[in-house]
Amino acid sequence: MRVTQGTFSFLPDLSDDEIRAQIDYAHSNGWACSVEFTDDPHPRNVYWEMWELPMFGLKDAAGVMMEVAACRKAYPTHYIKLNAFDSTRGVESMCMSFMINRPPEESGFGLVRQECSGRVIRYTTHPYSTDKPPGKRY
Amino acid sequence: MDKVTTVDLRAILREANVQEVLDQLDRELIGLAPVKRRIREIAALLVVSRARKQMGLESVTPTLHMSFTGNPGTGKTTVALRMAEILHRLGYVRKGHLVAVTRDDLVGQYIGHTAPKTKDVLKRAMGGVLFIDEAYYLYRPENERDYGQEAIEILLQVMENQRDDLVVILAGYKDRMATFFASNPGFKSRIAHHVDFPDYTGDELSQIAQKMVGEMNYEFDPAALTAMREYIDLRASQPHFANARSIRNALDRARMRQANRLFDAALNHDAGTTSSALTSITAADIRASRVFQGGEDPPAADDKRQP
Repeated sequence: MRVTQGTFSFLPDLSDDEIRAQIDYAHSNGWACSVEFTDDPHPRNVYWEMWELPMFGLKDAAGVMMEVAACRKAYPTHYIKLNAFDSTRGVESMCMSFMINRPPEESGFGLVRQECSGRVIRYTTHPYSTDKPPGKRY
Repeated sequence: MDKVTTVDLRAILREANVQEVLDQLDRELIGLAPVKRRIREIAALLVVSRARKQMGLESVTPTLHMSFTGNPGTGKTTVALRMAEILHRLGYVRKGHLVAVTRDDLVGQYIGHTAPKTKDVLKRAMGGVLFIDEAYYLYRPENERDYGQEAIEILLQVMENQRDDLVVILAGYKDRMATFFASNPGFKSRIAHHVDFPDYTGDELSQIAQKMVGEMNYEFDPAALTAMREYIDLRASQPHFANARSIRNALDRARMRQANRLFDAALNHDAGTTSSALTSITAADIRASRVFQGGEDPPAADDKRQP
């Protein structure tokens, strides 16, 4: 099952050139890019780990792509996303965030049924990959 | 029969507007004839190389890293700015900005601090030109644990592998750069263009002084011009003479004396100050300098080269 999170997540994965174009767009708006990664399959479960620091003051996409390449090399089967942060006073938040790397096989989620008191039945989802500890999931 | 294809070099030049930058260089920078010639040569090489690329004769980007050597105040940073502009117009760097750094910006204070610092600077410079002032300070042979070596290694790696992404210009005194290159053959072999900046002559400095006061909306009266010319000769014979930078500092001090003079006059006579009085620097403003009494002017605030 394909995890969808952030901008462009219903599109096919972006190519490097397309990522570069997005970074250029972020820079043209004065946003600072940063790279984050995780191996938790549910977007809401955890804060993602930072790969290096956010890159302020860059003019060209090559610098960010260098970090993207380094992160992909270190974590080839993790989820990796690229964030663009707007530091304008009063805004100070992420303005764009999209995934640029995902595991080759995403095991997906199972439906768990819980029978509670008073014949109440509750449902929740459980990601199969979290049966294994972090770092050994993909 | 072979089809003879032609390529219009003039069109490339026109399209890139390089001529404009070169003319601007000629107009705005006084003296520096050998430097201007070298820049013109490099520009010509780049134009031809781009034409060859259009014809499919050349696939690799030429090495563009440079070293600018010369005494302080000879215009290395200014020329580097123009160089970034030329490279940008010819499409050799994508953004054409200049990031000027020294050892402090590249080398960290403790173990593991240097690599992120150097990389951060490199990332900021990508798409433009990285100007490393006094590059020889990166290499400190007297301390074998110096972190400068780490910065050098990262620099070399990026200079080699990401030639399309940034151009590095190293700058500094000629003799010390020579020593630096001798002990770091990696740098020497990666730098294609060595440009030497000569010292300015007295007449050139005098022209520069006039240009500077013009830019600040002041002017010399004729006696002040003679005084300035004498000042330049005296100052040039003193230690720590930093060419155009020393002139700028001298002018800043002259402006201060002029302001004091006008202020005193206004307090004593209580008469209106004319606009011509506000703009003119007189001989007295310049001759009050300690240089004329055989002393030295105080060291310039921004002159980091002084011991």
